[in-house]
Amino acid sequence: MQKESFVRRYGLLIGTGLAVGAAAVLLTFLGNPANMGFCIACFLRDIAGALNFQRAGFDAEVGTGIVQYIRPEVIGLVLGSTAIAMAKKEFRPKGGSSPMIRFILAVFVMIGALVFLGCPLRMVIRIGGGDLNAVVGLVGFALGIIIGILVLKRGFSLRRAYQQSMAEGLIFPALMLALLALLVLRPDFIIFSAKGPGSMAAPVLVALAVALVIGVLAQRSRLCMVGGIRDAVMFRDFRLISAFAAIIVAVLVGNLLLGSFKPGFAEQPIAHSETLWNLLGMVLVGWGSVLLGGCPLRQLILAGEGNTDSAVTVTGFIVGAAVSHNFGLASSATGIGTGPVAVAVAIGFVVMAVISVMNMQKLN
Amino acid sequence: MVDARGYSCPTPVVMVQKAVKESSPKRLEVAVDNQCSVENVTRFAQNAGYKVTVSDFEGDFKLTLTK
Repeated sequence: MQKESFVRRYGLLIGTGLAVGAAAVLLTFLGNPANMGFCIACFLRDIAGALNFQRAGFDAEVGTGIVQYIRPEVIGLVLGSTAIAMAKKEFRPKGGSSPMIRFILAVFVMIGALVFLGCPLRMVIRIGGGDLNAVVGLVGFALGIIIGILVLKRGFSLRRAYQQSMAEGLIFPALMLALLALLVLRPDFIIFSAKGPGSMAAPVLVALAVALVIGVLAQRSRLCMVGGIRDAVMFRDFRLISAFAAIIVAVLVGNLLLGSFKPGFAEQPIAHSETLWNLLGMVLVGWGSVLLGGCPLRQLILAGEGNTDSAVTVTGFIVGAAVSHNFGLASSATGIGTGPVAVAVAIGFVVMAVISVMNMQKLN
Repeated sequence: MVDARGYSCPTPVVMVQKAVKESSPKRLEVAVDNQCSVENVTRFAQNAGYKVTVSDFEGDFKLTLTK
């Protein structure tokens, strides 16, 4: 057996991880909310807001909520993936692997992410910024992944996907182009926050260009936050987790250089210190993401490759974000939401347990 | 043959892992339908001591694992 060289084995993933970390620091420096870089959960939530599916923190004086904006980062990630997948002949429309189950899982993954305040990518970015609440989140995330692995080992599968038409596969990238048009044209019915995190943004062209590059790298390297811990535990394969570590290193170095590294639990940007909820929120994210086969970032990249199951999943994230904010489930810097957070999280666990058990089957 | 077409990772790897564990075959054919699974199954098989060749299979991919 020919031994794979270290560079060949880890080079692209570590390079992608460093690029993602550097991009996060750069975009934050240029105006994105602190320790956010490009959080997929947060940015899909902002897009839900721009389309008026939610207007959390509505302020009558300025007439907008605080998390409403069409984030060019999301558009760039997807279209970067689409472009490189087409160039490499990997754009293969497929879908039909339990789309409705994926939709529901995605809704609860998003609810969990907004209880914690970030997707796995932002969790890693927060750790690199010194936010120790995110370390609590990481413990929960790993626990959720371990639950997911136990389920996988018992034959869990959302059944196979089938080839779909080119039109079906192109719908999601086309929707991204439509969002881009709305971002540029800014019609009246699209709402951009006048204050709060939604009003903080890097320049559109820079954000779009950076995200296109990251989209290409993420497609080539198959970067996935949940896959890192999953493969390390299941197969003793440490490739994906090397990218996970590389992101933390790059963000840490970037924050140290910019003087924005502040280790601690208290007063972290757009974060809260309710340990139990930081933990439980990320257990939901980890468990759900293993069942879905990838973290929110990976789902965006797959949707860009023509995977319509992932496109349905992203739609579920957007609906989950609207549900979170409309029913007071999403946390804020002051703590967890004012709605029935405990009930929602409990329902999330029950739903994931039922879906896990009902989809265990004999493979082959 | 392990037909893992339509499954996304890590399911194809789990299927191959199971087949290898059950009978540790000298030769095993695996069908997958995406490049990511080709890479993941190849990596797993090489770590398990197999040589892997990839060929076309009805527009998808066939991996032949041999020891």
